[in-house]
Amino acid sequence: MSMRDNLSQRGVQIGFVLVAGLAWHWAVSNGKVSPLILPPLPAVWRNFVGIIVTGQFWPDLRVTLTELISAFSLACVAGCAVGYMVSRSAFAVRVFDPLLSSMYSIPAILLYPLYVLFFGIGSGSKIAIGTTIAFFPIVLSTIAGLSNVNRSLVVAARSMGASDWQMFAQVLLPAAFPVVLAGLRLGLVIALLSILGTETIASFEGVGHQIVSNAESMEIAPMFAWVFLAVLIAFTLNGIASALEARGRRGAE
Amino acid sequence: MPAAIEVKGVSQAFGALGDARRVVALESADLSIPRGELLCLIGPSGCGKSTLLNVMAGLARPTSGQVLVDGEVVRGPLPQKVAFVFQEAALFPWRTIEDNVKLGLAFQGVPTNQRNDRAREALDAVKLTSFAQHYPRQLSGGMKQRAQLARALALETDILLMDEPFAALDEQTRMVLGEDLSVLLARTGKTIVFVTHSLVEAVFLADRVAVFTARPGRIKTILEVNEPHPRQRNFMTSDKLTRMRNELYELLHDEVRRTMEINAEIMP
Repeated sequence: MSMRDNLSQRGVQIGFVLVAGLAWHWAVSNGKVSPLILPPLPAVWRNFVGIIVTGQFWPDLRVTLTELISAFSLACVAGCAVGYMVSRSAFAVRVFDPLLSSMYSIPAILLYPLYVLFFGIGSGSKIAIGTTIAFFPIVLSTIAGLSNVNRSLVVAARSMGASDWQMFAQVLLPAAFPVVLAGLRLGLVIALLSILGTETIASFEGVGHQIVSNAESMEIAPMFAWVFLAVLIAFTLNGIASALEARGRRGAE
Repeated sequence: MPAAIEVKGVSQAFGALGDARRVVALESADLSIPRGELLCLIGPSGCGKSTLLNVMAGLARPTSGQVLVDGEVVRGPLPQKVAFVFQEAALFPWRTIEDNVKLGLAFQGVPTNQRNDRAREALDAVKLTSFAQHYPRQLSGGMKQRAQLARALALETDILLMDEPFAALDEQTRMVLGEDLSVLLARTGKTIVFVTHSLVEAVFLADRVAVFTARPGRIKTILEVNEPHPRQRNFMTSDKLTRMRNELYELLHDEVRRTMEINAEIMP
């Protein structure tokens, strides 16, 4: 992509956000929308700066991030391990791939009340739901990546005498890498979404909890400040994951 | 001394016995390939020539019969004796050309300190030295096939099996690559079996051409070319090549027609 394309792409993206912000500001300052629904932007900004400079954001952010990292790590280990085992036999792929795919389409959030019962209202239930939800894209992409490796590469390696371990480490793994990486990124994003979401359902700490407790006491401006923080986390994580994915892809091609 | 490759009554069928969809690709093929010979296999699509090549390489098990390499029955890949060049896309896309060659050497079990020199030599031989650090996707189709050839040459096996290595290339590129190949292979003295669809390529490269019948594939006849290697450009335009090409065409014409009829029955 040329530099100019890149610039104009960025320009349109920033313009889009600006227009949305201006529309918000215009609607609120002209009394078109009640400040109880949409608070004035400057008030949101003051609250946002407030929770940042006072350090008020940190305990809740730490809780949410700890839950995310725990859930994502568990889902990675379980997803990659199960995916690898399934991909080793074509029969297992035919059996488990459709099974796991259909399980993926069940909204796991429905299990949340059960998880609260099992793991309590604290971080445990958030980690459990995040792990459950992130597991599926990771295991499915691992199966897809490992079982769809170009057959001529496998045959070529075999003809040159590759051992089982060499086949795995030098052929299957690098060939599957880009596909697995895409699953990992998706897993990270939906783990964050489900953790933030479940924090708003039942919890006593975390970013999601702050959002819902402010909303319940009609503190709309602080609520939006916390929403902005959540958006910021999602953007940052997605940015990091995309950068890693791009690097991984470059290395893998 | 035994022949380099001995094919004894090799048949290959796909699908279970009694199944209506069972296809006999190859029926009792017999061949004896002496050391240093370049043999071309030619025939209509689906006649089992690639199947036979895979059986020779130990990449497929025949339904019956056996292949002997150096007097030894083939039961699996023999990386020390046989190298294989594939039709397409068999280079590892995440590795540079040089690293592709070195990975082959690693698979074969060559010690690390010898891999550099052998990779360099092989890339020199196919004139790809200046592209050693490129990735496969940065190379043209012809260059990719030369890189694959380098990877196979680096293994320093006595036998080279090539499955339509130039099939995906345009005719001009394959003509030039064919000339280069003839020069290169005359120097190495390897035993080579080469599957092709191109009549000209078969006559230009081969010492003998084995012509296959339509499915179930049998070896219909074997043509002797009797022309010293390396073959030069003037052989390409010679009357002899034209005459032999026409002879091959006569032999193949009916088989190709029959193959089309068989396929029309299967897929109406």
